[in-house]
Amino acid sequence: MNREFLYIVLTIFLGVASIVLSFISIHSKKLSLAVIAVGVVSLFASILFLLMSAPDVAMTEAAIGSGLTTLIFFYVLNKIKKSDA
Amino acid sequence: MINTEYFTLGHISLLLGFILIIVGFWGILTQKNIVKIILAFSIADAGINILIVSLGYVIGKTAPIIDGSVVQKAGIDVSDSIVDPVPQALVLTSIVIGFGVTALMLAYAMKLFTAKKTLHINKFNDLKW
Amino acid sequence: MLKNIIIAVILIVFAVLFFDLFMLYEARTGLTGIAQYYAQNGAKEVGAANLVTSIVVTYRGFDTLGEVTILFVAASIISFFLKLKENDESKNISSKDTTEILVTASNVLVPVIFLFGIYVFINGHLTPGGGFQGGAIIATGVALMILANPNIKINTQIIHWVESISGVGYVVVGIFGLILAGGFLDNKITGLGEFGALFSAGAIPIIYSFIGLKVGAEISNILNKYQKSQKND
Repeated sequence: MNREFLYIVLTIFLGVASIVLSFISIHSKKLSLAVIAVGVVSLFASILFLLMSAPDVAMTEAAIGSGLTTLIFFYVLNKIKKSDA
Repeated sequence: MINTEYFTLGHISLLLGFILIIVGFWGILTQKNIVKIILAFSIADAGINILIVSLGYVIGKTAPIIDGSVVQKAGIDVSDSIVDPVPQALVLTSIVIGFGVTALMLAYAMKLFTAKKTLHINKFNDLKW
Repeated sequence: MLKNIIIAVILIVFAVLFFDLFMLYEARTGLTGIAQYYAQNGAKEVGAANLVTSIVVTYRGFDTLGEVTILFVAASIISFFLKLKENDESKNISSKDTTEILVTASNVLVPVIFLFGIYVFINGHLTPGGGFQGGAIIATGVALMILANPNIKINTQIIHWVESISGVGYVVVGIFGLILAGGFLDNKITGLGEFGALFSAGAIPIIYSFIGLKVGAEISNILNKYQKSQKND
């Protein structure tokens, strides 16, 4: 069990999970589920950046891509839901 | 028959980046809801970032920060022990601009929603002849 | 039906092109070209331990100036789009009461988050992080403040002043580089200092602090506009 092997197993897991989540986000009828799925894809991408020796990029992706973008999407969803009711 | 030389971190990440870009394009082309189109855009964005970073990855090398784990002193050649720093700097720029563009698109979507009370793109046919 | 066929053809063409590129890729075994130059001379010429920082701030300084400008333009257009009418400005957002836990936690955590953001961008030349990450962390603190108290009045004058002063300061430091050192945004306006110390690498900590304050102010402004846009329904 060397470290490279563990990294590759973790990368394959993250990759399969990201692809499944992106399909879910495009297929699902519920917009809130789709937004959460994209946020999780972004978070997995940030773990992948950390595995690829890019800590700067991982910090940026975790703070901006996964945190703030999801927040802004929820502002828009809230606005849409309010007017529907 | 699977060639085992493709099982490296760089190859898998590159493949993941390509697949996420194609899934994003598929979403942009097929979805009818504007928020879903913007979400697909975000997926393609994440795929492009993964792709660029994986192009700069060198197997078994550490992050481009000169520290105790690399070499202590300045002025010593560290090119044997770090990954490529240039793609990382470019992706840093790309993520921040991606946030700005996504926020701009969502503001535009909100404006469209207040005008028509819907986000289905087939309802926006004012310019159709 | 025809539309589906066209979409399928487009996606298949992209897939074939990408598969071809994937087969051409060979795992790299070392640095080449400009990256090798940066790795060999970056520490000596710029004096920053984090090579990504020295590329973002000094070698590719113009890129970063353009990027900050793009973010500024995006924030301005968002403010323009989400502008409220006069009589909507005084309305309150109708929401359920926020919980006691969220309010207390935000009172305790917001100063700590601001401090952590400042720590991240001041140490940008030594550790992972820098202006963009620190600015995003500061904006996260503002987001927590807004979530705990939806009707909070954020002083937009302070945000505008911080943003303007840091934007002007960034360009002024760049012009000092033109006068005192080799060119625009050159960091050798003071001595490089001891490698690895907090006050080292010339102007990089100053420039990155300006970038961090500017990015934090811009993203906070965007979040504030989105929060206010929930009023007119």
